[in-house]
Amino acid sequence: MNGGANGATPQLSPASSNEPVVVFEDVSIGFEQKPVLENISFQVRTGEMRILLGPAGVGKSVLLKLTNGLLRPDSGRIFVFGKEISAMREQDLFEIRGHIGTVFQEGALFDSLTVRDNVGYRLLEEHIPDDEITARATEALRFVELDGTLNKFPSELSGGMRRRVAIARAIVTNPKLILYDSPTGGLDPITSTTIIELVMKQRDISHTSSIVVTHRLQDAFVLAMHRFDLASNQMEALPPHQTDPNTSFLMLHQGRLVFDGTTAELVHSNDPFIREYIS
Amino acid sequence: MAFDTIDAAARRGVLAVQDYALLSGRAVSNIFRKPFYRSDVFMQADIIGVGSLPIVILTGFFLGGVLALQSAATLTQFGAAAFTGQLVSFSMIKEIGPVVTALMVSGRNASGMASELGSMIVTEQIDAMRALGTDPLKKLVMPRIVATVVMLFFLVILSDAVGILGGGFVSVSMLGQDGSQYFHTSYQSLQFPDILQGLVKPVFFGFIIATIGCFYGMRTRGGTQGVGRSTTQAVVWSSILIIITDFMISRFLIGIFGR
Repeated sequence: MNGGANGATPQLSPASSNEPVVVFEDVSIGFEQKPVLENISFQVRTGEMRILLGPAGVGKSVLLKLTNGLLRPDSGRIFVFGKEISAMREQDLFEIRGHIGTVFQEGALFDSLTVRDNVGYRLLEEHIPDDEITARATEALRFVELDGTLNKFPSELSGGMRRRVAIARAIVTNPKLILYDSPTGGLDPITSTTIIELVMKQRDISHTSSIVVTHRLQDAFVLAMHRFDLASNQMEALPPHQTDPNTSFLMLHQGRLVFDGTTAELVHSNDPFIREYIS
Repeated sequence: MAFDTIDAAARRGVLAVQDYALLSGRAVSNIFRKPFYRSDVFMQADIIGVGSLPIVILTGFFLGGVLALQSAATLTQFGAAAFTGQLVSFSMIKEIGPVVTALMVSGRNASGMASELGSMIVTEQIDAMRALGTDPLKKLVMPRIVATVVMLFFLVILSDAVGILGGGFVSVSMLGQDGSQYFHTSYQSLQFPDILQGLVKPVFFGFIIATIGCFYGMRTRGGTQGVGRSTTQAVVWSSILIIITDFMISRFLIGIFGR
């Protein structure tokens, strides 16, 4: 959120470290004896954004919930920040989750708390002084351009504003990893662009590792082919044939990972399903 | 085919009991683990305890009144109308006070807990809480259990007192009995086992109300319809368990103390 160089356009360079933040090793999970994800293996490296594509109901949100330990795999291993979360007790997971920001599909804001308390929830739990919570919540809300909503309740906000508050809640503690679960789902095109711009801003300014779940190809390609310009405070298209080196794709189909690669590899894939999906 | 259905239903039942035991056990063990959500306990105590005061006072008063009315009619046939106070206080303290208060609180709060937590489940707020590093069993379930157990204990005492007062009001104003005789017999006949029975029951009932309400809330599935289903099941099962537990505690304590 606040880790970028002031006024400078972020440089297009690969992530500084190759150290994996998230590692999936042969992970499978099913519900009521029906397999949902089978033998999923991939990595997310520091500063990298993985865009997870796939048709609705293929298990994209399940994969995100596995990443922050909200679900446990039936088999396989999941490492986050080098720790095997698939073998940890729920009580021990709370500490790890403190370093992961999650933006849920519908925002999942606490409807009985104000925007300030929603954004500063984690800080409230850590008994940070009230003034500091207000300051940090205001700063996070300014990042999503909603700094006038501090004392409003979620029910008083529009769908797009709620999604932006959810992003502010996810970034307020400067997490090392952010999980976006369909951040633009159900929103109109203009609001979707605003949200994608914020996701891009977080990627290019703070270089936070992230997994973005979406079934909207347009959003995925906007993220891959644009960068955030801090000077003009808006996104700008990359030169032709150039894509963001820190953004790559994963694609799920029928519970299996059918693609793991760069934007160019995705576009030039010969896999019939991928060709049909991106056409 | 029929055997498969019975088998599946039995398995679901056993799993539900196991989940309930795990939720209750973890929530209780959280009382002794940091952080202790003191302000949440006080907030729940206000909602459950103070919020239930009007219904507990009203039901207690009129139950005491109707007990006096009904028992006096029978006692008069045996020339024992003077024992109306004793009968009302016995019934209120040992049985009707704890059971009816628990059923009223269950109807109001087990349903409230199930619907509140159920709504949070279906809108992913519980997942969001876990993702933000907070244990919902510690933050949401534990305060409700502590608050319900403590507040029901005091609500039952209040209900007993108001019920005896209600019985006294009816005895004096409608049945023409002597007030001092009514309260004298009410008080004099009570012994330690009677009071103990009246005070042990609300502790168990409070635990049942909160754990069943939270259990059904936390296992809500299927959107708003699921929330409605959880709410109904919470009230039904907490009421059934309260009455079964009442019988067991009564039998146990009567077995020990002989009354």
